Amino acid sequence: MLDYTPKEIKKRSSGTVINPAKTCQPIGAMYAALGIHGCLPHSHGSQGCCSFHRMHLTRHFRDPIMASTSSFTEGASVFGGGANLKTAIKNVFTLYNPDVMAIHTTCLSETIGDDIPATIRQAEIPEGKIVFHANTPSYQGSHITGFSNMTKAMVTYFSEKTTEQPKEQTNLIPGFVNPGDMRELKRIFEAMGLTYIMFPDTSGVVDSPMTGKFEMYPKGGVTIDQLKDTGNSKITLSLGRFSSEAAAEALKKKCKVPFISLKTPIGIKATDDMLMALRGSFAAEVPYELEEERGQLVDVMTDAHFHFHNKKVAIFGDPDIVAGLTEFVLSLGMKPIHILTGTPGGALGSKMYSFEDEINDMLQSAGITANVKADSDLLELHQWIKNQPVDLLIGNTYGKYIAKAEDIPFVRVGFPILDRAIHSYMPIVGYRGAMRLLEMIDNALLDRADRDAADEDFELVM
Amino acid sequence: MNAELSAIELSIKEREDFIATKGKQKKQLRCDAESIAGCVSQRACVFCGARVVLNPITDAIHLIHGPIGCASYTWDIRGSLSSGTELYRNSFSTDLKEQDVIFGGEKKLARAIDELVAAYHAKLIFVYSTCIVGVIGDDIEAVCRAAMVRHHIKVIPVQSSGFIGNKSAGYRAACDSLLSLIHTEKKISKKPKSVNYLGDFNLAGEAWIIRDYLARIGVTVSTVFTGDASYEELKTAPAASLNIIQCAGSMAYLAKQMEELYHIPYLRISFLGIEDTAVTLRNIAEYFEDPEMQQKVEILIEEESRKVTDELSFYRKKLEGKKAAVYVGGGFKAISLIKQFREIGMEVVMVGTQTGQPDDYDTINGLVTEGTVVLDDANPAELEKFMIEQGANLLVGGVKERPLAYKLGVAFVDHNHERKHPLSGFVGAVNFAREVYSTVCSPVWRSIQMKTPWGE
Repeated sequence: MLDYTPKEIKKRSSGTVINPAKTCQPIGAMYAALGIHGCLPHSHGSQGCCSFHRMHLTRHFRDPIMASTSSFTEGASVFGGGANLKTAIKNVFTLYNPDVMAIHTTCLSETIGDDIPATIRQAEIPEGKIVFHANTPSYQGSHITGFSNMTKAMVTYFSEKTTEQPKEQTNLIPGFVNPGDMRELKRIFEAMGLTYIMFPDTSGVVDSPMTGKFEMYPKGGVTIDQLKDTGNSKITLSLGRFSSEAAAEALKKKCKVPFISLKTPIGIKATDDMLMALRGSFAAEVPYELEEERGQLVDVMTDAHFHFHNKKVAIFGDPDIVAGLTEFVLSLGMKPIHILTGTPGGALGSKMYSFEDEINDMLQSAGITANVKADSDLLELHQWIKNQPVDLLIGNTYGKYIAKAEDIPFVRVGFPILDRAIHSYMPIVGYRGAMRLLEMIDNALLDRADRDAADEDFELVM
Repeated sequence: MNAELSAIELSIKEREDFIATKGKQKKQLRCDAESIAGCVSQRACVFCGARVVLNPITDAIHLIHGPIGCASYTWDIRGSLSSGTELYRNSFSTDLKEQDVIFGGEKKLARAIDELVAAYHAKLIFVYSTCIVGVIGDDIEAVCRAAMVRHHIKVIPVQSSGFIGNKSAGYRAACDSLLSLIHTEKKISKKPKSVNYLGDFNLAGEAWIIRDYLARIGVTVSTVFTGDASYEELKTAPAASLNIIQCAGSMAYLAKQMEELYHIPYLRISFLGIEDTAVTLRNIAEYFEDPEMQQKVEILIEEESRKVTDELSFYRKKLEGKKAAVYVGGGFKAISLIKQFREIGMEVVMVGTQTGQPDDYDTINGLVTEGTVVLDDANPAELEKFMIEQGANLLVGGVKERPLAYKLGVAFVDHNHERKHPLSGFVGAVNFAREVYSTVCSPVWRSIQMKTPWGE
């Protein structure tokens, strides 16, 4: 029996997490750093951290994930990791010759209190090579916080305002999404005829094509010159508050680039909002290509709307993705009744509108009461579902235990997905991404209906 | 072949001692050392080593004391099967936050144990320390001792702060915890013809196959360390009359300690491949000096070999002359794999381990042919360089090596956590050959060799 979840919900006060819906900051930082061209992420901690992160990312993307480690030993933890980092910087350039080395910290180096900027200043860095860092203490926030911190570090280290007049270009911060999503966002920007700098950009890095050769530094990734130029952009578009807004704010502060913060564009409304923001900022027309896609999306939504109506859904995962998914399923007539993230939902910036507030506002407009919680775990989600069953579960791979125990259809969306292939190549953002999501949800519901139908109810046309 | 990469590897003196080519130079390969800082090492940490060794204990709560990551990355990642409870497949973490790092995590840990005992009624809890627990100085021994008194169950600390060594140190930490768990003051009455089977984690049900073989020759398996193990079963370990060790990298230390404490002698064995499985069964029968058992062994070998001969020779025909590269965790597996590849007509042209010991490398050197590259703690660039130079058709490795091999157009078999079929014993030898065949002979590689039809 795999199911050890008691139905009765007892208050837990120890802060113990049972079956986590988050992981630690450094892996998010590692993923963000991979979105810089020619960059080797470096984990300043024990070698296990680096190994775990590479393993997890490798399983999700099914591509080689390269990163180096300071290989902390007992000595380093007593005398500080500065010497290890200095050696590491020297060795990384000798051994692997990246253009950029992106250091992130770990709980260990943060607790010891290593001064990374000081070490970088003292290190031997070859001419023309770049070393930068982000602090990513694993005992705060989640992998989303780590992604946000590394993305913000790209701004604090590199963005420069060098032109009087801003350039007719957008900074596009896509958030913690798959390379398939990043490609789709770029396609939309190109269809709009807009110039953009997307950072981080992991497309072409963790979804690189098969050539029969192993490229340590594949073709993709934002360049350092592009990152510098973000200070000259007319506007920044931050997609997903939790993973992108900190960098957008830093750009505003440092280079006076104003920003628009939007939801991760999952579903029709969030994609509309993104296009309207671009249209408003650049007087750019939305081309027929995108209008047609929107029309197709609306068309398939209406074609299949009776499959979705009043179906109860549980959604979990990273806050930006969960917010987008919630809005989308509401637009289909579904009822999201359990919504949960493992990431602490608002402690990032004190002024921040919390995760729970954001979701509750959407639910209130739809007249739905639901369980909504940030900083929680999958034990709690499972208990909610045992007490109030759902017709569908949407979330990352770890949802499969709940889906199996409760025998509910399950759509895999988010990070990590360790038990299915190809997902990271395909978008969930934009109108095309919404069509894909719609198909996934619809197929999951209908496959279940077919499986469960009695012979006399088994239908050809659905 | 990437010229840049070959240049860089030779440019770093520190790595030279860890790589050898058989026949080219006479030197003792360096191993069992720390990875250098700045390396893209494939190695893990103390916590990882301890966690993978203890994970298969099915009825335990494995509570990870630290920030969330260490628990997330090790949640049910190993396909160790259970014949009973599945409690071990849940993930428990104290999820230490900033406040805990400043003020200490002992109270939080104690409360966590109380809550988990109340919710799951487990008889056994392992409490793993992680990096920062070692630095902030939480006394997990004391917390565990107090919890044992409060709850009258076993609460065993695992001293696995990541930075105190490499994965091998973690194996040792796990073995120390196992020793404290099985410790007994009572007089032990030995069970005749019973063994403990050390270093099998019941991946894909492998330990069950071996249990069956041993039962058929009249040997009882007292405890498997740690595949499909339970608290009650582990406690019977001191009464066994022999320890057999499969994965010596993780378990040699435990065997030595048990020899000293409980006077249980040990045999190093391997159930990987037909040859090693047969040798192992014969050695066990010889140890027990039992002619009847020896007879049963011969019958078993005869029967089981007969079942697999046809299929194996089919694969052998398909695979004859192909070349394999091996990069695995411990020395024993590398050694068995070299023999196993020989059984299916393949030659090993590159072999490396993460944690092999000097005597493992001596054995490896004795087995491989001239020109084979032997390396310790390899990084991806080295794996790439030697796979290409040696013309490998297949890599055997773990999670991180899989996409690397694929990118090079090289077939891959997981001989680690992600194995999908049991690879032990006679049936395992066929499964292995089938897996090798299905990847090496897959038509997908043809799509890579095919040039784009419109040219460069």
